Formats: sequence, C-alpha cells, structure tokens
Amino acid sequence: MTQSGVDVPPKGGFSFDLCKRNDMLIQKGLKAPSFLKTGTTIVGLIFKDGVILGADTRATEGPIVADKNCEKIHYMAPNIYCCGAGTAADTEAVTDMVSSQLRLHRYQTGRDSRVITALTLLKKHLFSYQGHVSAALVLGGVDITGPHLHTIYPHGSTDTLPFATMGSGSLAAMSVFEAKYKEGLTRDEGIKLVAEAICSGIFNDLGSGSNVDICVITKGHKEYLRNYMEPNPRTYVSSKGYSFTKKTEVLRTKITPLMERVEITEVGEAMEE
Amino acid sequence: MFLLPVSFSINADYFFLQFTIPIDNGDSVKNAEADSQRTLYPYVTGTSIVAIKYKDGVLMASDMGGSYGSTLRYKNIERMKAIGKHSLLGASGEISDFQEILRYLDELVLNDNMWDDGNSLGPKEVHNYLTRVMYNRRNKFNPLWNTLVLGGVKNGESYLGMVSMIGVSFEDNHVATGFGNHLARPILRDEWHADLSFEDGVKLLEKCMRVLLYRDRSAINKLQIAKITEEGVTVSQPYSLKTFWEFKAFNNPTAGAEGSW
Repeated sequence: MTQSGVDVPPKGGFSFDLCKRNDMLIQKGLKAPSFLKTGTTIVGLIFKDGVILGADTRATEGPIVADKNCEKIHYMAPNIYCCGAGTAADTEAVTDMVSSQLRLHRYQTGRDSRVITALTLLKKHLFSYQGHVSAALVLGGVDITGPHLHTIYPHGSTDTLPFATMGSGSLAAMSVFEAKYKEGLTRDEGIKLVAEAICSGIFNDLGSGSNVDICVITKGHKEYLRNYMEPNPRTYVSSKGYSFTKKTEVLRTKITPLMERVEITEVGEAMEE
Repeated sequence: MFLLPVSFSINADYFFLQFTIPIDNGDSVKNAEADSQRTLYPYVTGTSIVAIKYKDGVLMASDMGGSYGSTLRYKNIERMKAIGKHSLLGASGEISDFQEILRYLDELVLNDNMWDDGNSLGPKEVHNYLTRVMYNRRNKFNPLWNTLVLGGVKNGESYLGMVSMIGVSFEDNHVATGFGNHLARPILRDEWHADLSFEDGVKLLEKCMRVLLYRDRSAINKLQIAKITEEGVTVSQPYSLKTFWEFKAFNNPTAGAEGSW
C-alpha cells in the first residue's frame, strides 16, 4: 500500500481542526469536561531581606476537592518562584514553559535570571492568548537588582506591589495584609504574616483549604517550606488501627508452585541506557 | 370569561372572526404597570455595614456614602437609625427601600406605644418582624433590596442579627454585609472575643472599615459608629480614618519593570 500523497510536515501553532466538531457536540447537548481549578489563596510579600511567597494546597474540580495537598508554588529559577491560581493545567504549563526558557537564557547569558525577565515572558504569553490561558500568578524573587514581587493576571496585565494576593481567597488574605502589613518586616514576622493570610483564606474561603506552603527567597538563598503549617489534621484516628473480630475460616488449602512451569530464556540484547 | 368579537376580515376564500380573550385579573394595561413597580435592580445603594457585640451592648459602623451605579452621588446618608428604645437598624443596599422599611417600623413602634402597656418592642421582636416582611416581599417577587443589621439591648441581653433581601435571617456575635462579608468577616472571626471593651470594639471596627476603605470601590472615608447599650442609642458624628500610602514600593513601582504598573 503506497501513500496517496507526500507527507507534509505539520505546521507549528494551534490546530483548529477539532473546534467545529466540539461546537457541534456542545450544541447537541454534550457538556464539555470541567477544568480542574485551583480554587486558591496565594500571597506574596516583600520583607527586609527578600520575598516570601505563600499558598494553600487544595485543588478543586467544581464542588469536589480533587487534590488535598497539591503544590502551587512553582519553581522558575533558583532565585525565582511563582504561585499560580486559576486552571491548574494552565498554571503548570505556563510556569514550566517559562522556567525552561529562563534556563536556556541563563546558559546563553551566563548570568542569574532576573525577575522582570520571567515577568515579561509570562505576560507576553498570556496576552497573546487573550485571557484564554486562565493563569493568575504571583511571581516573586531576588535578583541582582533586589527583591521583586509581581502579580500577573490572565489577560496579561501586571502589577508591582509590596504585598499581593490572588485567587478566590484573595479578599480574605488581603484583609489580613491590609490590616497588618508594615515595611521592613523580619523573616519570622513575614512568615507569620503570610501564614496568617493563607489561614484566613483556608478558613474563610471554600475554594481554599488543607495546608500552608511557604517559600522564602533571599539574596543567594531560598527555602521551600512545604506544608509549613497543617491546620487541618485528620482527627479521631485510632492508633491501633482496625482489627477484625472474627478470623476467616480456612476450608481448604492447595499450593501450586509456579517456578517449575516458567522457562526463562535469555534472548536479545539488554535495553540501552 | 366571555369572548369579545374584535374584528371581521373578509377574504376571497373565507370569512372569519378574530377574538381576544381578556386576562383574568384585570385589563392588560394594569398588568404592564404592575411590572414596572417591582424592584428589579437597586439604584442608589449603600455599601457594607459591620457590627459586633461588646461588653455593654452592640457597636455598629457604616460609612455615609450612597452610590448611584458607579457615581458617588450622596455623601451624607445616615444608614443607621434607632428603632424604638432598644434597637438600632443598619442597612446596606437600596436606600429608598431602607427609607420604606423605616416607615413600616415607625408605624409598628407607634402602634406599640398606643397600647400604653409599659411594654416596648425589643430587638428580637423587631428582627422577627423584619424577617417576615423581607421574606414575604421576596415571595411576591418584589423584594426590598437591602441587607439589614439589627442590634439592640433589652433587659441586659444584647442581640445582634441580620436579614438579607431574600429573607435569610440569623443572629451572631459579629455580622457584616456586602463587601464586609469577604473583607471584614475574616478579621472579625480571628479577633473578636466576648467582653470587648468599648475602646477595643471601636478599634476592631475601625480596622475592618479601614480595609474596606482600601479595597471596596464604593466606600468613602466618612464613617459613623453607633453604640447601643441598656441606656439607649447614640450615633457618633461623622469622622474619617487615617490611611497610609507611603510604602516604598508605591513610589516608583516600575523602576525595575518597564511596562507594568
């Protein structure tokens, strides 16, 4: 059987071939699969020596909690981290993509990445998708020019702020920040305030919950405190575990050793590494 | 119901009558007017109210703004009023509906006074009356577009409750309406405790109102705090809160990041 035509190499970019079919299905009444959203409280603040980022750990799919302990603070560069709210796939993909772009850029320039580089790469990408990539990010890091904290909205606009919150729990967290933020916080005060803001989101917003993740970035050093606080532990767990009251009755025992029936033959080469 | 022959139409092929069937509950003209008298949208609105129980009674705070859509039209609206001897009513939402509710309550208190039996309406009774009124109006698809906060003290017991425009009513130690639900409630849940002193209560309310001032676009920096105790109701004179805008990061925000703000 020969090919009827020459294989044209696929052109880059988004392929719109299935859009008509999807539209037709929706018109016929098919419900499109819902997105996995990170309902979410993410925050960032600038303290005396750098930046502290915080996030809750609940990922929701509509009214159901899909992941009780997901990671919303994404790695961008050794000195830059990014919290993501919105559609989980979008935040993962976009931060991964910019993270690898930053790495290649570091190899090419031989210098540490700057936060505004990440900012510009992210906002260019999000703007070109006109808000359809539903990723709301809090980007923070410390580079040669100092500590920086930015928020990036799904449509591509950015803000530069001393403290920022995003996500469904952003109002609850922002109320804590507006009431208690001061300039020149020490590391411990900053961590305490970030944890308080995330807890405010966890307990007052239904889309956020479970644990608190914190990431502290200072000049030349970063600390990723995964599950820094676990204010929703499972209670009432018996330490003894469950014990069955009656043992099952054994009626008959028959043992068939399988080793005699298996033949092992060495064929072919070992897989290459 | 009877049929009215309205018109004749002679056609080459056939001859027929057209009938109209009159509407059961009156003529169609009155029906159209009835539609335009239902509350469909709020027009002049007040923003949040925040209230807490404290040692001697109830403290309530509200700002004095009335917005007409996105314009700040009125800057001298008192959204908290005393009801009888024992209660204080605060309202957010449509101002005209709030004034209507005050008229209803006026009548209620007047009738109660006319009995002259030494009894007076307490906050629980007023709250119940308001709940019934709000729920009834919602059932007729003609709501009073308000979220009401009712606080009061009678016989040494303080009472603080809330009724929304669909008739949801409950009582609690601290309540907030509108944007206060999202911004003030987290602070109150963390920092309210029983037996707050007057100064601490005012400080707590001011903390909430300051956050609302920063983050609610329809809030203005002119607020009143009302206090109700066994002795009665006092509404303070309007005053404004101090705000802080001197964060270094606000000075030159785009110094490192051209094109952002």
